[in-house]
Amino acid sequence: MKRNLSTVLVLGLVLAFLIGPFLIIIAASLSAGNSLAFPPQGLSLKWVAKVFTVESFRESFATSMFLAIFGTLAALALGVPAAYALNRYRLPFSETVRTVVSAPIIVPGIIVGLALLRYLVIPAGVPVMLALFCAHTALVLPYAVRVVSASLGNLRSDIEEAAVLLGCTRSGAFFRVVLPNIRGGILAAFILGFVTSFNQVPVSLFLSGPGVRTLPIDMLGYMEINYDPSVAALSALLAFMSIGIVFLAERFLGFSRYV
Amino acid sequence: MSDDTCLALERLTLAYGDTVAVDALDLTVKRGELIALLGPSGCGKTTTMRAIAGLLEPRSGTIRLEGADITRRPANKREIGLVFQSYALFPHLSVFENVAFGLRLRREPRAAVEAKVAEGLRTVGLDHLAARKPAELSGGQQQRVALARSLVMEPKLLLLDEPLSNLDARLRLEMRAELQRVQKASGITMIFVTHDQGEALALADRIVVMRGGAIEQLATPEEIWNRPASGFVAEFVGFETVLGLRDGKLDTPAGLVPVSGDVPAGAAGLAWRPGAVTLGTGPFEGEVLGVSFAGESREYLLDSPLGRIKADAPASLAMHGIGAKVAFDLPAARAAVLPRLG
Repeated sequence: MKRNLSTVLVLGLVLAFLIGPFLIIIAASLSAGNSLAFPPQGLSLKWVAKVFTVESFRESFATSMFLAIFGTLAALALGVPAAYALNRYRLPFSETVRTVVSAPIIVPGIIVGLALLRYLVIPAGVPVMLALFCAHTALVLPYAVRVVSASLGNLRSDIEEAAVLLGCTRSGAFFRVVLPNIRGGILAAFILGFVTSFNQVPVSLFLSGPGVRTLPIDMLGYMEINYDPSVAALSALLAFMSIGIVFLAERFLGFSRYV
Repeated sequence: MSDDTCLALERLTLAYGDTVAVDALDLTVKRGELIALLGPSGCGKTTTMRAIAGLLEPRSGTIRLEGADITRRPANKREIGLVFQSYALFPHLSVFENVAFGLRLRREPRAAVEAKVAEGLRTVGLDHLAARKPAELSGGQQQRVALARSLVMEPKLLLLDEPLSNLDARLRLEMRAELQRVQKASGITMIFVTHDQGEALALADRIVVMRGGAIEQLATPEEIWNRPASGFVAEFVGFETVLGLRDGKLDTPAGLVPVSGDVPAGAAGLAWRPGAVTLGTGPFEGEVLGVSFAGESREYLLDSPLGRIKADAPASLAMHGIGAKVAFDLPAARAAVLPRLG
């Protein structure tokens, strides 16, 4: 019994550590007061409602959504063929390619952001939006390659030869028997990439220009001027959005199998 | 080339990079034949099969199917079926859809597809499992689905890669009979690859014994069983004792030893199965290293100046214990005569 008690205690502490901040944010966002505070002063939904009235939040939300969706799609368009090639063929330098592809996970985002700004945006005059798009694509690419690789690894390669002998072309075999079997992995990679891109701060920090900001950067900027609970309200809404996505993914895909 | 030729390989040479796996192989297979490619791993049998299927491009030589040169024809246009060792079923498709896959690619009318798939599944006895996914089937059932998937395409030639090796002993016997039945019923030409001599002897009309990328012997099972062409084939089909001949005498580690009996002229060696070795009398003596009971007989392993000898004796005779000295003979009359030793 004694060990049970200590187990429960440790478990409780871990959960409190993981979920605590989230609960505090929710509580703070329901405050009736005018400044970000915990415990909240009174209860109201007025700050939640205010989130939807802030013009810059709407714009940056659209920017972040655009980057998360299309950046991740671009990363998948590059990552699925890359994962396929790395899995199915014995290529020279395949280990090097693997390392380079996963570099964005290892290199601190702040360096990536600075490098893109200093050597791409400033000297070459690349539009900020395009630079952001490329940066998010690169950041999501490692997840795309890794998750899709994992589901390709579970798939025998002789089914492609079987499809060819039944009359498929090589590329036909990929679309008819490989793609349907890694669909779950691709969707999992998309969700992981979407969340990664949406929450990305350090790279976007350097690449925010006039009129172009992602939502997390906009929230930072907003907080410097307005220290009110609407930022907490927005954070809570975003957290619920992420939870909703992952819940649906787990429910319909068995998301945790792939990550 | 006669009209009933299904497949002809002419000086087929296959290589991976600098390594030649199959060297100038010639082989003719008649329509309706069941052929086994038999040999140890690395002998080139699987490589040959992949080249016939079109999954590996030959370095040189010609492959003809029913007279037409298909050497450079892509695999998806060869009309050759292949049942993979791992079955290679499509995991996302039901049994029905797996079998229908090739027919749908051919854009056959829907009614024809349904009729052919139903018939194919009935042939292999799986019509009641059409809605299942491959993961819900046993190994033997997956094997049957893979077979049906190839059969419904009515290929000119069906290749099978180690068709029985992933099945347990009981299923193996069942599947062996099944394969024979399907082959005789459909009249389809089949070539299967195996490393199991028992499988080849039981199933095939003719056996191609391969070694080091070349054909060592091509003959009927009876001929290979009774008259192996070389020491290699002899050892492969259960002749445990193989000795060379020099000047009409046995060439043994103990020097030249007279043969008990007459030796035909031109023989390069003699080979004995354990049952052909006479135990209890004879000019030779060996020490019993091991003895195991095998129902009808006991199997002895003897250490003798002639080398290690495997000999069987009826179990009704008294047992020789380990360490006992036993006389034995290698009678020429009960040996297989080898035209080549290597």
